[in-house]
Amino acid sequence: MKSLRFTPAILSTVVLLVLTSLMLGIRLEPSGVGLKVTMAETSSLYWIAAGAVVVFFFQLFRAPIDRGMSGIKQQLPSVPKEPLRQIADKKGFKTTLICFAVAGLMIWPFFVSRGAVDLATLALIYVMLGLGLNIVVGLAGLLDLGYVGFYAVGAYSYALLNQYLGLDFWSSLVLGGVLAAFFGFVLGFPVLRLRGDYLAIVTLGFGEIIRILLNNWTSITGGPNGISQIPKPSLFGLEFGRRAKEEGNVPFHEFFGIDYSSTYKVIFLYILAVLLVIATLFVINRLLRMPIGRAWEALREDDIACRSLGLNPTAIKLSAFTIGAAFAGFAGTFFAARQGFISPESFTFIESAIILAIVVLGGMGSQVGVILAAVIMTVLPEFAREFQEYRMLMFGLMMVCMMVWRPEGLMPMKRPHIKIKSKKSETESSVKIPSVAESV
Amino acid sequence: MSECLLEVSDLSMRFGGLLAVDQMALKIRPGEIVSMIGPNGAGKTTVFNCLTGFYRASGGSIQYKNQAIEKMPGYKIARLGVVRTFQNVRLFKGMTVLENLLVAQHRHLKTGLLAGLFKTPGYRKSEEKAMERAEFWLEKVGLTEFANREAGNLAYGQQRRLGIARCMVTQPELLMLDEPAAGLNPNETAELDKLISDLRRDHGVTVLLIEHDMKLVMDISDRIYVINQGRPLASGVPEDIRNNPEVIKAYLGEG
Repeated sequence: MKSLRFTPAILSTVVLLVLTSLMLGIRLEPSGVGLKVTMAETSSLYWIAAGAVVVFFFQLFRAPIDRGMSGIKQQLPSVPKEPLRQIADKKGFKTTLICFAVAGLMIWPFFVSRGAVDLATLALIYVMLGLGLNIVVGLAGLLDLGYVGFYAVGAYSYALLNQYLGLDFWSSLVLGGVLAAFFGFVLGFPVLRLRGDYLAIVTLGFGEIIRILLNNWTSITGGPNGISQIPKPSLFGLEFGRRAKEEGNVPFHEFFGIDYSSTYKVIFLYILAVLLVIATLFVINRLLRMPIGRAWEALREDDIACRSLGLNPTAIKLSAFTIGAAFAGFAGTFFAARQGFISPESFTFIESAIILAIVVLGGMGSQVGVILAAVIMTVLPEFAREFQEYRMLMFGLMMVCMMVWRPEGLMPMKRPHIKIKSKKSETESSVKIPSVAESV
Repeated sequence: MSECLLEVSDLSMRFGGLLAVDQMALKIRPGEIVSMIGPNGAGKTTVFNCLTGFYRASGGSIQYKNQAIEKMPGYKIARLGVVRTFQNVRLFKGMTVLENLLVAQHRHLKTGLLAGLFKTPGYRKSEEKAMERAEFWLEKVGLTEFANREAGNLAYGQQRRLGIARCMVTQPELLMLDEPAAGLNPNETAELDKLISDLRRDHGVTVLLIEHDMKLVMDISDRIYVINQGRPLASGVPEDIRNNPEVIKAYLGEG
């Protein structure tokens, strides 16, 4: 039987056994002052054995299974693509779809639990971060491993501006973005001469510098203790606490004459996050269609060709870095307002890694993909709380699966399709301005 | 000869101990098609790289419209109207054909952030113009039907033509083509011949050409410079070059 492959099957089983027996099969138990290695419970040993058997037989019969699968795929009725495309291409359809999605997002929190809304807000923060980093990594092709630094700048600028100058959320939102952009600009100057791996390492260093600075500048930032009691945003001066903190302010529930509920605050934060994400999407979508957006991509493709055409690579890289940082700043400000407490611990390298994973998982440059990936990366760990110890294992598994099945990300970026007015149509009276078709 | 578009004198380029270009001199008058030929490794592309600011020349002067450009960065030289193609095309492969042409017009466009975010009338106008120019050149090089194809998926000859179109949308005055006929079949080369002549006649560009295809070179060049081992060997009209014993020796070796 040629289709049975014994060697790979045995090999995979051995690999599985070695890995799982080390990770699941044995455990360390304290005995006296030292540790003692003991076998895990019999049930988990059974699981390991079962897993090994499954892997062995799957690998053994892989070829027939694959053949069967592809047979099934062929038998499935394929959805005719053309009419679907025609519907999707209609201009009204897209707008309606977006309107419904936004409306759904707005109404949804009123029907679900507080925890779910809170989680959704967190997911939206990651969406913003992902979209921002997508400019730098996905579009301009600059591998930035210190993105969390700008996130920290945004968060700390709100916390500090509020603590020392008493600025409220709304003015800090703008200032936080501007400050983060400024940091991006200043840090960008020296590092953007570098390329690829070197750039990644230097940005990684900068991200850490910002965190360590925040950690050690105790007199200003409170060091590892962080800053607490950061006020929540207010709605045109209406606060969401039980009682107004500031003199002359009216709490939200009193103004509308309804009973106090802490859910209002959570929902308000959520809606705020949705609006921020929509604003981000709008701006980035416009940027993409603008000369600067095209230049970012061109730079990623070939920076020598860019120079030969009169594009200044430094200026273009710097703009990507700065604008990307600005979005991290906005997200950071919002994060500080939502948490009410920030410390350098929230801005470790692992955050940068997660944001980068979101961009890569979603598909470099693709916005829908990034949104999807951000939601997956934040929501999945919550659903899998029981498996918390294996969270990193699951991330790894996800990445491996992605590399096998969708190496370009969940939803790879599509090129914009621009209609050309051909010579023939020019003679007709209805010569339209070539419009840039929407793309994802 | 004061009305020279480009005047290069005594240009030298040294890489460590290797003198790749030595005492190179060039004079190009507006509207000319000038070719640079020479055996492989003679330093032709190095000269190109010096002229377009990719290398900083070790010595000598490069005057473009009586302005010294030898110390300028490449993108600034390009903005003066000196634009080049590359031996290995260097398209933005992942972007569509049309996008390639739009990116190239970057310096002519309104790039203000706010103008683009709010789509001001001025911004719309500049984008429209860019589209028109891109469409014009697509038509010219016969790539209209491929406008939304990714540039990397084009056939090689089409990529070459797109490379030239991408230069032309920047409205250059001096177009520098680095082996434009390399890898083209005889038909395509004939088309290229016609295209280059058209560019000069209809669009007033001056062309500096590196090429190995002697038929093409002899056909369209007004003057030819021959380089051998980094040094100028001969220069003159095609007829003289063809019969120059030095040139024949350099190409065919000692007889």
